Parts: sequence; structure tokens; C-alpha cells
Amino acid sequence: MTPAEKMAIKPQDMPSQAPEERRHNMREVALGYTEEMAKTEASRCLGCKGAPCVDGCPVKIRIPEFLAKAAEGDFDGAIGVIRESSLLPGICGRVCPQEKQCQANCTLGKALKDVGKAVAIGRVERFCADRQRESGKTPLPQIKPSTGKRVAVIGSGPAGITVAADLRREGHDVTIFEAFHKPGGVLVYGIPEFRLPKAIVQSEIDSLKAMGVKIETNFVVGRTSRISDLMEKEGFDAVFIGTGAGLPKFMGIPGENLVGVYSANEYLTRANLMKAYDTEHAHTPAIVSCKVAVLGGGNVAMDAARMALRLGAEEVHLIYRRTEKEMPARVEEVHHAKEEGVIFHTLENAVEMLGDDHGCVRAIRCLRYELGEPDASGRRSPVPIPGSEFDFDVDTVIVAIGNGSNPLISRTTEGLVVTKRGNIVVDENNKSSLPGIYAGGDIVLGAATVILAMGEGRRAAKAINEYLSE
Amino acid sequence: MYRIVEKKNLSELVFTMKVEAPMIARNRKPGQFVIIQVEPEWGERIPLTIADADSDAGTISLAFQAVGLTTKLLATKKEGEELAAVLGPLGNPSEIENFGHVVCVGGGFGTAPLFPIVQALKAAGNKVTVIIGYRTKSLVIMEEEMRNLADELIVMTDDGSHGRKGLVTLPLKELCDSPNPPDRVIAIGPPIMMKFCAETTRPYGIKTIVSLNTIMIDGTGMCGGCRAVVGGETKFVCVDGPEFDAHKVDFDSMMSRLRAFSPQEKEMLEKHRCNLQEAADAIAAKEAK
Repeated sequence: MTPAEKMAIKPQDMPSQAPEERRHNMREVALGYTEEMAKTEASRCLGCKGAPCVDGCPVKIRIPEFLAKAAEGDFDGAIGVIRESSLLPGICGRVCPQEKQCQANCTLGKALKDVGKAVAIGRVERFCADRQRESGKTPLPQIKPSTGKRVAVIGSGPAGITVAADLRREGHDVTIFEAFHKPGGVLVYGIPEFRLPKAIVQSEIDSLKAMGVKIETNFVVGRTSRISDLMEKEGFDAVFIGTGAGLPKFMGIPGENLVGVYSANEYLTRANLMKAYDTEHAHTPAIVSCKVAVLGGGNVAMDAARMALRLGAEEVHLIYRRTEKEMPARVEEVHHAKEEGVIFHTLENAVEMLGDDHGCVRAIRCLRYELGEPDASGRRSPVPIPGSEFDFDVDTVIVAIGNGSNPLISRTTEGLVVTKRGNIVVDENNKSSLPGIYAGGDIVLGAATVILAMGEGRRAAKAINEYLSE
Repeated sequence: MYRIVEKKNLSELVFTMKVEAPMIARNRKPGQFVIIQVEPEWGERIPLTIADADSDAGTISLAFQAVGLTTKLLATKKEGEELAAVLGPLGNPSEIENFGHVVCVGGGFGTAPLFPIVQALKAAGNKVTVIIGYRTKSLVIMEEEMRNLADELIVMTDDGSHGRKGLVTLPLKELCDSPNPPDRVIAIGPPIMMKFCAETTRPYGIKTIVSLNTIMIDGTGMCGGCRAVVGGETKFVCVDGPEFDAHKVDFDSMMSRLRAFSPQEKEMLEKHRCNLQEAADAIAAKEAK
């Protein structure tokens, strides 16, 4: 096919559950490509020189190569190429912000002057991964002979999973420590079932176990045992800290501790990990709401808003102080949230939460904003409009403005250098200030993404392997 | 894992359980708590204070009052059965040093988590006066244990059916007025009791510590469900507490937050009543044999 012919191929839409139906169920929204669709979409790749898409990928998947195989229907070959670079393709195909990474750089998207018309790399990746998983033929990586070295991985989220798999492959004895009763970190407590089915996460965990990685749940490092004890008494030669960004930020405004005000972490953990949406079975009380306000504009805010619809809220309002253009959420999540009926309020922000006589939230007081000069993040900063206050009746508020760093490890690990914000300081190899201790993912980056955490994990694993080989 | 090796029914609704959790038994300190989950798949996570531990046997003791769905389910568990999850030890340990004269106030089953603190305070050389209060005689727990440990023990019941009649704040105030007033007060019990203990000692300026037992999910700082207002600031009970300066705690906010889910909790108890009944019947049948 000539480039002109390729450019003429229609981008393949993702089949999805209808919005009016899916807003009442927890099943996955995006249903996935058919084989034909995957082939057609993959064949849109121009195979251009320099492959700028690869530069946009934090783990440098050889994208044109896997797309070429997929276009020919060689999906086994395609997933083989993906797996050389990415450990969790079924997950990344679903949750990566492709339009800001690989697809942002896609020559086709640029030629068509619309990043939305770039090759849907993530969707083809997802198809290849799902096809392999559903066939039950996900190959286990080769494990090198035992090195006799032991590595403790703290946290079983994307960074921890990556480090564990990479180091186990090198023949090290790896144990993951997870504080919750189920492994998976943010993939199980944070990202909802309708966006990332938990069975997919479980299959990745099962692969880790099959590789011989040990997983200790209900173990909070810093409390159940300190890092120094793991290394000095339990015989671990190296430690990777991948505890994530587990300390929800609040607005610091009056009324924030009223009943009915939740962090997105709490709201989503109740619904996802504790399965409170299943009121027939779960013992964790569901959050019952009529009118919900979600504060924030990231993926977590979208997840919380869409979860609120599924938990039966009549109205869900998303309040964000900049405009939609500045929202950090994936475009697809914003689109899905709108389709499902989440009502967007931009250039507004809460300044106070008002309570009733029982200490329950009854309204939020908001201010209107306009966009001013660009701030440090390069985004135009919101400037409040004086006198624009108004009250907005709600019975539930979900605060989704990000996470700070959890203090448990830094408080209990002497000599570990952290930033003013509590993020662990590491060098270019993800090594911390202490010998044998490495860190990566959100505990280093602040709140970021699954794929960036994986990228960090990959780099840390390489460095740990080198350290253990010395 | 987490096998129940001993279960005792201390009073009508109060139980203690010794549970296998070797790492926690070895590393816990007075004042710390655990998060437990009774059922693996659908269970709820709740915090319980560690009442005692035996590091040689690898067990911790938990005391609880069977009032909610999870604690009622827990009460149906028998020796030899296992809990789905026990995470800990969580929270900061109690501050223990030689303060001089310490008055420890325990209300209801709050007496149980107070026990290791009294032990540690005694070991640090304090004179410890213990006040324990209950609604009525049938609810009195740990009286003998406390008597053996404390320099002085004062038992109170609301109805006067055992010990002295009245609330714990009565002898607390008397002690504050006495020639040998406390240098420090530690109160653990229902929120309303802790609130009034704080009000009792406030005019005297006696440092008073309370242990908050709020709603929690993870217990590690991740969910923020446990937040409480202390000194006008939002604190996370799980990582900043559970013990705080009682004179700075906003108890009214804390109490309304504790009731956050009470309508759903009632509904759930109703829904699971038949399961609970079945479990209770099964135990009764087994015991009858």
C-alpha cells in the first residue's frame, strides 16, 4: 500500500457499551477490537522513518514492528515484540495516555492534523494482549539459574510488578510485600473494573507467581518489619520501594471533614477493592448519594465520577478550576464521562463545604475562575473572579486533587533522603541514598501513570541486577 | 495464617481472641492496632487495638465488642478457625516514660487496649491509678487483671451494680483535686467518655491522651477515611495517631464521622441477619454436642 492509500483507511472506532446502559453496570466500557479491526487499524501505520512513536513510549516498545506483524494477522509475532519491552500490555493498552505519548508523535496523526486520527496503537496493543491471554498461551519468561540473591519489593503496583518480574528473570529470589490483602496496588484499589477488569490484573499476578515470585500480603513495610530488618535479619540483599503515592491530598478548606466528603482513594477503594458496589455480598458499606460533586480533572477524578453514577447517584458534577484543555485526564476518559452523563463545570472551584446540623455535607461554596498567565507547569493558571461565589447543593463530595507521598517508609528508614514533599530522592538508576535500596514509581515521581511507573521499575531492576552482580 | 488459638467471652458482647500473627506479636508496642478482615472475598476491613501479645507464642490478643456486622461475624468464629487478614502493627506506639503519677481511664471494652499501656507505664516506674467504667455489672471486664497491675483501681458502673456508682469522670475529677493529682491522664473508651475526660482535665491543664478508633480501610494513610481534626488541623489517625492530645481533639466532628455509615450498617446487619443466625446456631449445636 502507498502512504496515500494508508492515509485513506478509516480509523477504527473502539466498540463500546452504550452510555445509557454502561452507566448502570461495572462491566468494561471499551469492548475491544475484533481481529479484522485490529488488522485494519494496524495497517494504517506508515512505517515512517525514525519511528517517532517509539520515542514517545516510556518503555520503548518497537511499535512499527508490532503493528506490521498485526497488520499481517501475525498477532503472536506482534505480542512477542511488545513483550520484549512491556510486561503488562493488556493493562497498558487500556490505561496508558497514548494521545500524550506514542500517538502524540504519530506521523499519520500529524499528516491528518488530528492526534485523534493517529494510529490507535494502544487499542491494537490491547487486542494482541487480550488474544494471547484468552488463548491461555501467555509464555512464561525464561528464568536464569538461581543467583542465591534475595530482593524485597515493597508494593505490588505497576512499578513493583515490573521490578519483580525483571529480577526474577535474572535468577534472583524475589518477594513482594503488599499491605493490602490483595496484590495489584492501584490497579486493584484505584482503577475501576469498568476501565480495567480485575481478572486481567489477576492473570498478571498469577504469571508472577508461576515465575516463582513470592507475594506476602498483609505486610506493611515500616510497621510489620522495617527495611533495615529485612536487610539485616531476613537476609535480603536489595530492596525496591514502589509504595506509590498513597496519601490523599485535601483542599485545606473549611468543612472538608464533614460526613459525605471522601478522598477519591477512599471512594474508589471502597467500590473497587472492597467491592462495595455489590450490596448483596459486600460487608463494606456502599456510599449512597443523590448529588455528587467531584473536585479535580485527572483520571482519578473521572474514575470517581463515573463510579458515582454506577453506585446510583442521580447527578454527578465534576468541578475543575481550569478548562477542559488543561485537564490531565486521558481524552478517552473525559469523553466517556461526558457520554455517561457526568456534568462538567470548568473554571470553577470549591472554597468551602457547608454542613447540616448532623455534620453532613449539604452544599459546596464555589468561586468562578478565568485563565491568566501560564504557571510553572506551562498551563494557564486559573485566577478567581472576585464576588463570583455561589452555593451548590450536594450530598457527597469526592476530592480528587492528587496524592502526596506516604510517610510510613521515610519515617521508619533512617538515612533515606526524601524531598520536601516526601518523595524519595534517587539517582538516574533509581538508587536511593542508602546502599542496596532503590525506589521508583509514584513514591519518586509524585502522582504519575502506570506506564511511567513501569519504566522506572524497569530501570531500577536493571540497576539492582548490576548491583547484585558486583 | 491468623488462626484463632483462644476465644473468650468476657461479658455479654465483649470478646477477646488470641490470634496467630508472629511478626506483629514480635514488633508491636503498646498503643498500636491492627486492621482485620474476617471474610476473604467480601469482608470489611476494620481496626482493632492490640490488647496484648505473646512474642514467644507468636500471638496477639484482640478485644472487640460485637455490635456491627464485622464484629458480630468475628464473634461467630471459633478457636481453630482463621481470619482472612490481619495487618499491623499500625499507628504510633504510646509515649511511655516516667511521668510520675498517671491516671488511666478505660471505658467499656476500651479497658482491654488500655491494659498493655498500663503494663508499660508500670514498667517505666510510674505510679498508675486505673479507673474503669461500665454501664452495668454484667459488662465489667478485666477487673482482676487491672487490680493486679495498678497501684490503685477504681471500678465504676453507671447503675451502681458493681463498684462505685457514676461515670469515670467523677473519680477523675476527685483525683485532679486531690493533693496527689495526676501528671498525665490516658483515656480509652467510647468517644463521648474520652470527650468528657478531656473536659474534666482541661481546667487543670493536665496533659491528657486519648486513643481514637475511627473508620479505616487500609490503615496506612492511603484512604483518608480516618481523618480527625486535632488542634484545628486535619490528621490521619492511622499514620499520625492513634493517640492525640485530648484537649486538641474535635470530638464532635469525630463522633459525626463515626456515624457516617450507620444507616447502611443497620441495613446490612438486617440483610445478613440470617447468616449470622445460622452461624450462631451452628456454634450452639456444636457446643451442645
